[in-house]
Amino acid sequence: MTTLTLQRQPSMAWLGTLTRSREFSVFLALVILIAVTVAANPRFLSGQSIKDLLLNSSILVILAVGQAIVIVTKNVDLSVGSVLGLTAFATGKIFIALPDLPVIAMLVIGVALGAMLGAINGALIAVAKVPALVVTLGTLYIFRGVDFAWAQGQQISPSDLPAEFLALGAGTLLGFPYLALIALAVVMAFGLYLKNLRSGREFYAIGSDVQAARLYGIRVGRKVFSAFAISGALAGLGGVIYAAKYGNLDATAGQGLELNVVAAAVVGGVAIAGGVGTVYGAALGAVLLTTITSALPVLGVSPFWQRAMIGVLILASIVLDRYLALRTERRLRGHDSHAG
Amino acid sequence: MLVDTAPPAAETRRAPRFGFLRSWDTAIIVALVASIIVASMTVSGFATSRNVGFLLIDVIPVLLLALPMTLIIITGEIDLSVASIAGFTSCVFGALWNAGMPMETIVPLCIVLGAVSGALNGFLVSVVGLPSLAVTIGTLALYRGLAFVVLGDQAVTSFPRAITTGLQAKIGTTGIPVWILPVILLVIIFGVALHFTGFGRSLFAIGYSVDAARFSGIGVARTKFWLFVISGTVAALVGVWWTLRYGSARGDNATGLELSVIAAVLLGGVSIFGGKGTLPGVIAGVGLLAILRNALQLASVPEDTLSMLTGGLLILAVVAPNAITWLRSLSRKASTT
Repeated sequence: MTTLTLQRQPSMAWLGTLTRSREFSVFLALVILIAVTVAANPRFLSGQSIKDLLLNSSILVILAVGQAIVIVTKNVDLSVGSVLGLTAFATGKIFIALPDLPVIAMLVIGVALGAMLGAINGALIAVAKVPALVVTLGTLYIFRGVDFAWAQGQQISPSDLPAEFLALGAGTLLGFPYLALIALAVVMAFGLYLKNLRSGREFYAIGSDVQAARLYGIRVGRKVFSAFAISGALAGLGGVIYAAKYGNLDATAGQGLELNVVAAAVVGGVAIAGGVGTVYGAALGAVLLTTITSALPVLGVSPFWQRAMIGVLILASIVLDRYLALRTERRLRGHDSHAG
Repeated sequence: MLVDTAPPAAETRRAPRFGFLRSWDTAIIVALVASIIVASMTVSGFATSRNVGFLLIDVIPVLLLALPMTLIIITGEIDLSVASIAGFTSCVFGALWNAGMPMETIVPLCIVLGAVSGALNGFLVSVVGLPSLAVTIGTLALYRGLAFVVLGDQAVTSFPRAITTGLQAKIGTTGIPVWILPVILLVIIFGVALHFTGFGRSLFAIGYSVDAARFSGIGVARTKFWLFVISGTVAALVGVWWTLRYGSARGDNATGLELSVIAAVLLGGVSIFGGKGTLPGVIAGVGLLAILRNALQLASVPEDTLSMLTGGLLILAVVAPNAITWLRSLSRKASTT
């Protein structure tokens, strides 16, 4: 009943929907975490540390957006860390060969390279009809292997990269780091696309019920393929940004990152079972995970707790999601019996 | 009557590939034998008793973890946390040893710890009803994190030399390690349980169709719970083994081993969708990967080629059955028209 009343009062509706949304719970957790940390050390909220936080979370946010789209279709992409590593190393090699290449061209090349690697995943999954978990586990090894074979123990240092490219990693616009602005643009673009465009809604249709989506006329294979291409493209973008931010590159860049990316999406309310979640949630999840990492030392907790905390957070999130799903189901059933 | 109510979706997806099962197992076993023959003839130092000893002793962790993993994947679930549980128990082992506890007390404690860690997975999957992929990604991070909480970046290496070298004892002059014998015993127990008991058949039933399994009176939740407990227990054994074999307890022990285990199990012909697979196939998958790795290392092929090969074989293992069914359906069409 309450939901119906709220819907009839548009002035209050947005507030009700907002506070009841799954994203709000992540946002609340983030606010509480920041509040507790600031109480322990007020300098945690200084301009510089906020800038660092935004800078450090931007790569994870971009990758989490791609992962969210893949998970919404009831798949998973474990190869993102390797795609990021390979693109980051490629970025260094390309700049060594072509020092005068414009930064924007490098971003385009990185996205294209990532999209190509993602397309390999997508093709195997959609055409050969094999599970995404296995395929991307395989390409996790393969892309990383290519990376190592290419690098041969070689390192790329910031002196190999053009100054204006490194400025992309450290520079700011009106006080906001470029990288955070890129991440924000990615989140907004894909957020609006998934919410408002028919083509975006189709990802949810596939994840909710693949048979129904097929009956409805959605080309499931093509759609899943594009989800992996998007995830790859964003990991490629992440790779170029990684190169700009760190400058020092070897074949291990982004190793094990896939775990944090999946964790960010799951913590942000993107259900592994498919069809549920938003890129906003995934992005908030990424910011939350990054904030935990930088808050632990401030709170005097050993940094060795970081990974265990992430594990607890993942488990808490999926238990919460399960509880919310059960509650919704019960509420819907209640309505049914009321109507009947 | 009740069997008829099995969901048609599962029927259409799985039935056509069912007859293929035996030939994939055979293919992997043939590939295993072929790789042994080729490696013995072309790689110098492969067919020596010294190398066979190393090969057998190094295959133990993956072989042990593959046993419960096979059972879990056959029921349609997955356990990504096994390597983290092994690392966690390894660190607890080291910390308790540092605290001066005798080995005879530490080992049982570690095994109980593994069982409890697995029980948490089992509880969340079977009682709370969460997807095992999400749960074990969470506990992968949690248990690896706890490993680092226990030991930080320290390593405990003060284990008695008598024990660490004793683990590598060989049977007479054969080069076969003594400790492979209890492992073989476990393999036989798992094989018999999976293929010759009602319990084993119930695992296939659950993986093939949960609803049908439930209708035929199988305690699905209870079965899955105990499988995760068994998986955690075996992972603890691997943690103890790893610590003593390498004489070192550290936070990053056995990191990433779950991927090798899953690769070997899937290569051995177990379907990731559940309901299909055999233990002989899995043993062949484990052996094939171990022999390829060993032979290529002896031939000084770089590590990166090995990881590409592992990834390639993993994808091949899932693509090949589909490709062959597809080719068969093509040839069938050609012959009918």
